[in-house]
Amino acid sequence: MLSIKDLHASINGKEILKGFGLEVKPGEVHAIMGPNGTGKSTLANILAGKEDYDVTEGTVTFQGKDLLDMAPEERAREGVFLAFQYPIEIPGVSIANFMKASLNEVRKHRVLQPLDAVEFLKVMKEKMRFVEIDEKLMRRAVNEGFSGGEKKRNEIFQMAMLEPTLSILDETDSGLDIDALRIVANGVNKLKNENNAFIVITHYQRLLDYIVPDFVHVMYNGRIVKSGGKELALELEAKGYDWIKQEVDATV
Amino acid sequence: MAEEIDIIDQVTQSDYKYGFVTNIESDNAKVGLSEDTVRFISAKKNEPEWMLEWRLKAYKAWLQMTEPTWPNVHYPKIDYQKIIYYAAPKPKKVLNSLDEVDPEILETFKKLGIPMEEQKILAGVAVDVVMDSVSVKTTYKEKLKELGIIFCSMSDAVKDYPELVQKYIGSVVPVRDNYFAALNSAVFSDGSFCYIPKGTRCPMELSTYFRINEANTGQFERTLLIADEGSYVSYLEGCTAPMRDENQLHAAVVELVAMDNAEIKYSTVQNWYPGNKEGKGGIYNFVTKRGICQGINSKISWTQVETGSAITWKYPSVVLKGENSIGEFYSVAVTNNYQQADTGTKMIHIGKNTRSRIVSKGISAGKSQNSYRGLVKVNPNAENAYNFSQCDSLLIGDRCGAHTFPYLEVSNKTAKVEHEATTSKIGEDILFYCNQRGLSTETAVQLIINGYCKEVFQHLPMEFAAEAQKLLAVSLEGSVG
Repeated sequence: MLSIKDLHASINGKEILKGFGLEVKPGEVHAIMGPNGTGKSTLANILAGKEDYDVTEGTVTFQGKDLLDMAPEERAREGVFLAFQYPIEIPGVSIANFMKASLNEVRKHRVLQPLDAVEFLKVMKEKMRFVEIDEKLMRRAVNEGFSGGEKKRNEIFQMAMLEPTLSILDETDSGLDIDALRIVANGVNKLKNENNAFIVITHYQRLLDYIVPDFVHVMYNGRIVKSGGKELALELEAKGYDWIKQEVDATV
Repeated sequence: MAEEIDIIDQVTQSDYKYGFVTNIESDNAKVGLSEDTVRFISAKKNEPEWMLEWRLKAYKAWLQMTEPTWPNVHYPKIDYQKIIYYAAPKPKKVLNSLDEVDPEILETFKKLGIPMEEQKILAGVAVDVVMDSVSVKTTYKEKLKELGIIFCSMSDAVKDYPELVQKYIGSVVPVRDNYFAALNSAVFSDGSFCYIPKGTRCPMELSTYFRINEANTGQFERTLLIADEGSYVSYLEGCTAPMRDENQLHAAVVELVAMDNAEIKYSTVQNWYPGNKEGKGGIYNFVTKRGICQGINSKISWTQVETGSAITWKYPSVVLKGENSIGEFYSVAVTNNYQQADTGTKMIHIGKNTRSRIVSKGISAGKSQNSYRGLVKVNPNAENAYNFSQCDSLLIGDRCGAHTFPYLEVSNKTAKVEHEATTSKIGEDILFYCNQRGLSTETAVQLIINGYCKEVFQHLPMEFAAEAQKLLAVSLEGSVG
């Protein structure tokens, strides 16, 4: 589904990704862990199409198409979803209106009829229950005045609405209390099926107690330096990242 | 002092009367503004003596006034002696089909969703006599006549209803009110006149749109609207289609009078040529609009969507004289590229229990500057006056400016005045977030703008509101990304 090969990218002349590679197949959950400043969020932003970065080398293929060649909105319509680390506030636009416009764009791309207001409300209510989000929030402007937990749940709600093929969760667990964490993770687990895939970027092992990954990758200095199964996450939790850093630095 | 001026006026006037020579065969006034120009215009229009006297009084007032410099707008000094103040409406070159129209204008029509037949009228294409809007227009006229509603050009009103015009013209916006109002009073070319008789509810939206073919109102438009006791009227000014005009300076005056229990709803969509992307050209729009709630329980409501003009200087106001009267101002002002707008309102509370509401939404994009300027004044006798003001600014990009200048003058302790203001910005991060949800940048901006302006749009007549939404999208095209 997703094939990243030897990806190099920089921002303001500073190289952040230095030969990153990853293969993701349908039905898989990949966790990407690693210390701060190793390029995890950069990777998420580049996959979603944020303009600030220069890709200098490498390829990203998504379902046979050159992902890097597409505008951010095309990627979204093709089924790439980014749950933002810091969700943005959109003044004056209710979540309901925002999601209706968004969902209908995606449906148009999938050659489906747009939903009318009644159908849309039905779908929306169902998905809201799914992430245990208060219905009153739907009439409020997107993320405006939301608590940290509400913002993250709103991201998962949007993911549930758009039913993406590839979801990238950029530190969705940061700043969440244990209840919110459980709700977010439940959302992901219920959405998971054999046709879609998840890349879960996280700093801590905590989230992986709830979302069980098929693969765990450790990122350091702009590339993956170690991959393994879910037990790797536990090892990291116990031992920290220093041993990995030492291992990598010793081989350089 | 005032007396002295009057005497001087009389003397100079009479001198000029004898020295007055002009060739009224000519269609255009000579370049520049003098007493001769004023006389020429009045003569051209076959006006009665009182109208000429009124114009001359205005001209003399104007001579003693200076152009205001307080608005937050900048433009090269206007040479008032280089303007032609009267040109007979020239028959526009008749085109045979839409193929001959400027493709850029056609493109805009398409985006606005203007029906083909209307496109033809607006672009000056010859149309069949049986065309829909002509017959609609005739039906409208008959219906209005039955109800005793007068709706005609200002020129016709001066001739046909001189007592009404004489009584009310300049009663709300006095000749000396401000520099541009004085100028307009001296040289106004034409405009609309409307009178709604007692107890009559005007059954349709009155619109200058329907008069578009009849008169080219020109650069100094004068509108007077009187709603007699217990009457109601909704009036639409302008249209969403792009208006090109050779004249750079526009100085209109609009006066509204609402008697006991009368209600006037006045909606404007202004889409004059804003100049090109580099800020060359465009209309200077210096407008004075004011209504007076003369009677008890009367109500005047201004709604405006301003997207055009290089410079806008405009403060639709309400004088709340009658007890329990209500004044409202709902505004969306958009500036893009190098446009400048200094707009807002004045609510003058004079009567008891008067209430006013101000909702202003400014949108700045490109390198434009957008200012809200509003005055809420509560006079000593205005017991229990109440005002609520909401002034919001929205910035698109980081090269534009938004400014708010609220003025409050409260001289009665029982008054309640509330003011709320917000500033928000559509930045790259918001757009990227929207893009990531599958929305194109244009759609995202439209969504945000429509949400932001909803409170104003809902006060526009329905079909106008839909057009206004599209108009905003067109005006802000290319403002991001």
